[in-house]
Formats: sequence, structure tokens, C-alpha cells
Amino acid sequence: MTALRLAIASGKGGTGKTTVAVGLALAAHDPVSLLDCDVEEPNIHLFLDGPQLSDNSVYHAVPIIDPARCNACGRCNEVCRFNAVAVPGSAALVFPELCHACGACALVCPAQAIAQANRVIGNVSRHLHHQVMITTGRLEIGQTATPTLIRAVLGHAAAAGLTIIDAPPGTGCAAVAALATADLVVLVTEPTPFGLHDLQLAWSMVRDLERPCVVVVNRCDLGDDRVDDWCAQQDITIVDHLPEDRRLAAAAARGIPATVAVPALSARYADLLARLTQECCHA
Amino acid sequence: MPEQVRKETAGSQALREIVVLSGKGGTGKTSLCAAWAGLAKRAVVADCDVDAADLALVMTPRPREAHDFYSGVVAAIDPAVCQGCGHCQQQCRFAAISAAADGIRTVTTQACEGCGVCALVCPAAAVALHPRLVGRWMVGDTQVGPLVHARLTPGGENSGRLVTVVRNRARELAVEQGYALRLIDGPPGLGCPVIASCTGADAVVLVTEPSRSGHHDLIRIMALARRLELRCHVIVNRWDLAPELSEAICREALDLGAHVLGTIRYDRGVVAAQLAATNVCAFDTPASDDIRATWSALVHKESLHVM
Repeated sequence: MTALRLAIASGKGGTGKTTVAVGLALAAHDPVSLLDCDVEEPNIHLFLDGPQLSDNSVYHAVPIIDPARCNACGRCNEVCRFNAVAVPGSAALVFPELCHACGACALVCPAQAIAQANRVIGNVSRHLHHQVMITTGRLEIGQTATPTLIRAVLGHAAAAGLTIIDAPPGTGCAAVAALATADLVVLVTEPTPFGLHDLQLAWSMVRDLERPCVVVVNRCDLGDDRVDDWCAQQDITIVDHLPEDRRLAAAAARGIPATVAVPALSARYADLLARLTQECCHA
Repeated sequence: MPEQVRKETAGSQALREIVVLSGKGGTGKTSLCAAWAGLAKRAVVADCDVDAADLALVMTPRPREAHDFYSGVVAAIDPAVCQGCGHCQQQCRFAAISAAADGIRTVTTQACEGCGVCALVCPAAAVALHPRLVGRWMVGDTQVGPLVHARLTPGGENSGRLVTVVRNRARELAVEQGYALRLIDGPPGLGCPVIASCTGADAVVLVTEPSRSGHHDLIRIMALARRLELRCHVIVNRWDLAPELSEAICREALDLGAHVLGTIRYDRGVVAAQLAATNVCAFDTPASDDIRATWSALVHKESLHVM
């Protein structure tokens, strides 16, 4: 099977992205790659455990000034767009918390006074749960290079077969990084005012990225018809309505996947996966 | 880098800034902020969840001002000038440049970090750096005071700059108009936007839920709060969905040095309030009592001057 990337996203947090991503991964008959791209708060490992296969630090390169070579010309300060390097006195000074690790300063330094040092931004670990290969990105607390770490996780997408991407919430650069290479984006929402509003923002983002997009309405009996009505107006396909179920909420609270807590759901998720795969082929 | 906690004063009152965070999304930050604003009766409220801003949906502000916010730059390659050498793509650390079949490079604006490296290395001067429209920020009037909120351009680079603009405007308004309290609805996660929403605040309130995910994410956001030297309060929302987990979370939060403000029960009335575009305490459903108790606890613990 050719490589297929299915991304599970949302505008609003807590709508059930991880629940759906895990459900789909467990429903797949063939080996599947499941990528936890919610690197600030990864949760998949809480639902699917198994033997660890690898754990590697991820770095980005930040500048180190050699005061012996620095002639305080200020060129680094001129090119830095983030005010992360200044020349207060006889040598340049880096403010690491402002640095975006772009390399501009090192490129322009006429004295070759700027070296690049690796700084840990987080780690990427892999573990196996039955036929699901799970890759988890985990941002180091206090670091801000979320998109860079997400791209490192995406590097583990399957070369053939199915990859499911659990994206972070929101519509900013983190979500964009997770969705940029998806073949199909599944936006998980809830039928409430916040759910609809954030779905509209997320749909805008996905449309700008030129990704095909469908919607899953989770906890569908929670609110009203506003999401259904809007999707109909916009000609957006709703591929499933999943009802609220306190059994599932209680099971999820304990880290039990939906299809394990309620085995009857396995068939439903298998059917959903089949429809999503078909949707990808038509897109 | 930890900041000193700033204590501005207006007259004899200390101005306080409380930021509501969670780590995990969907734990109830926005609903809680709206309810607390109503109980405070007088506050400047700011929605710093700029890429999914929902507070205005229940606080229904009367629009007063709106501004485009430009910050940084975004690169664009002129295909007529581009020689296809690929130096820009090679040097770009953000995977924001791709090549067409003919070798001409293009920038994916949503991935562009705005660093300017491509422009620096281009031998043909084919790269232009344009001011980036990050989003719009607005101020509106509500029953309790000004609401400052924003809308990030979807897919926009969110380095926290727009969050900072919202927060700064909230501070200005509080000082100008004599509001003792600033209440900030923060974003989920713990990256750039979260850090921008809370550095230098008086305290953070972490809203969690009794689940393994909620627990896991709470520990991480607490670690960030400690790094930033922020006083932490914890609330367990929907506690009765898993009472033993709820208790375990409270105990661990206490062990980690946080103060537990209380718990809020699961109540479908919370959604009903949202559907009615009103805050939970104004709607008056069982969870309102729990929310009032957490508010009293916060007022007491943070010595808030309230009406």
C-alpha cells in the first residue's frame, strides 16, 4: 500500500483527537505508524504501552560567541530578527531564550567568532504496541521550538502503509507543522459554540495549507446542530458522529482506549478508517 | 528566564494578574474565566489563547477598538529572479522552502520563521522580506470591564508576540482605568504562547481533569510554572468522573508545592450556559456553587481586592 498520512486535528483542545487517533490505530488490520505530534503534552503513551525501541534527544543549533575572536562589529545584532544577540560592550552576547536557532548570526560574522552548539529541545522515543509503532515527541520544559520537534517526529512516518498523526490543538505554527504533509486532515470537534468557533478557524488553516479535510463530531449529543449546519453550508463532509458516553469518559480517564472499553466500537472505528482511507483516495 | 514578579500599584491597591492555564486542552479554562469574571464584577479580562479565542463568545463584548498586528517578516521568492541554486533551501532550518520541478524555490509562508537567512544567502537577491500580518487584536466592553482578545491569522506564526500585545494592553487598561484585577485566559500546551501569557504574573491557576492525560499534563505545566517562579493554584474540574484520580492529583499537586483551590463537579449545565452565551454562575447550575467556592478560595489566598 502506498504511504498514506492521516492527521487528526482540531481547533479546540479536549475534543477527542487522541481518543480518535488511538481508536483508528487499533482498528487498522495492517501495521500502522502512530505519531504523537502533541509534543508539548503527549498522551498516546498513556493509552498504548509496550516495549521501548529507541529514545533520542533532538537538538537545534544555537550560537556561542568566542570573545577572543569577536570584534564587536555588531553585524550579528543587525541580522538577528529576534533581538537574541546584542553587543553591549566589547563582545556580542546571546540571549538563548529569545534565540530561534536560525543560524543568521553565524552566517554573517566576519570574524568567524560564532560557533554553533547543540541545545536539547526535547526527545523522540518509539515503542511498539502490538502492530502499532508509536513515535512520541516530548518537548523539554521551557523550550519553545515546538515545530522543529514536530518535524523530527514526522520523520518517522511510515514509508509505505498508514501513518496516523495526532496533532496538537490550535491553529498556530505547531498545528501547521503537524498537518503540513498530511494527505487528509480529520478535524475532531464538539457541537458547542466553542467547538464550532474553533472548527471554523481550524478549517481556515487546513484550507490555506491546501489539505483535504473532513470532520468528526465527537460527543455529538452534548450541544446542538450548529456544527452540522455549518458543515452543510460549507459542503464539508462529516464522516462520523460519536455520541457522548460516560463509560468512555471514565475509561479514557484511566488510560483505556475506547475500543478496549467498549469492544463494539472496534467495528465502528474500522468502518471509519475504511471511509477515511477511501476519502484520501478521492481527494 | 525567570522574571521578577512585578507589583504595579494604582493608588494604594496592588494590581493583580491571575493567569489560567492547564497543560491539557479542554479542561475548562475559558468557562472558568468567564464565571470568575462575573463573580469579580470588576476586572480587565484578556483572552491569550489567540489561536482559538473563545472567551468573547460568552462574555459578548461591545466592540471598542480593533487593530491589525504586524510583527516580524515573511520571506517571498521572486520566481523571475530565482536561479534555482537551492542555497536558501539548504540553509533554511524550518523546512519552509521547497523546489518546483524546474528548480525554482518557493516559501511556504505558514512554515516561514521570519529569520531572513534565505535572503542573506541568496546570490541573486531573489528573496524579499515582507512585514508579516500576525493577526488582529481587539478591545471590547463587557459587564465587568474591558475584554482584550485577538485572532491569530490561522496557520500564523505564533511566537507569543500577539499574546504579549494582548497582555500588555490589558495591563495598560488596568492602570489607566483603575482596575485592581487582570484575569487572563491562557492557551493549552506549554510552549511559546503559554510562556508569553504568564511570565511575571502574580499567580497561575491550573485547571485539570481527573484523567491520566490531565494528570500527566498538569505535572508538566507545573514544572514550567516552577521554572518561571510562579505561584501555582490547582483546580480539578469534573472531579466526579474519577474521584480517586482526582484525589491523587490533589495530593500530588500539594506535594509539589501548589495550593489546591478546590474541585468542580461534572455538570451538563456548563455546556447549557455556553449554548446560552452566558457564564456558568449567571446561568446558575450545580457547578456554579463549586465555582463560587474556588473563587472565594482564590480571593482569600491571593488577597484580591474585590467588590
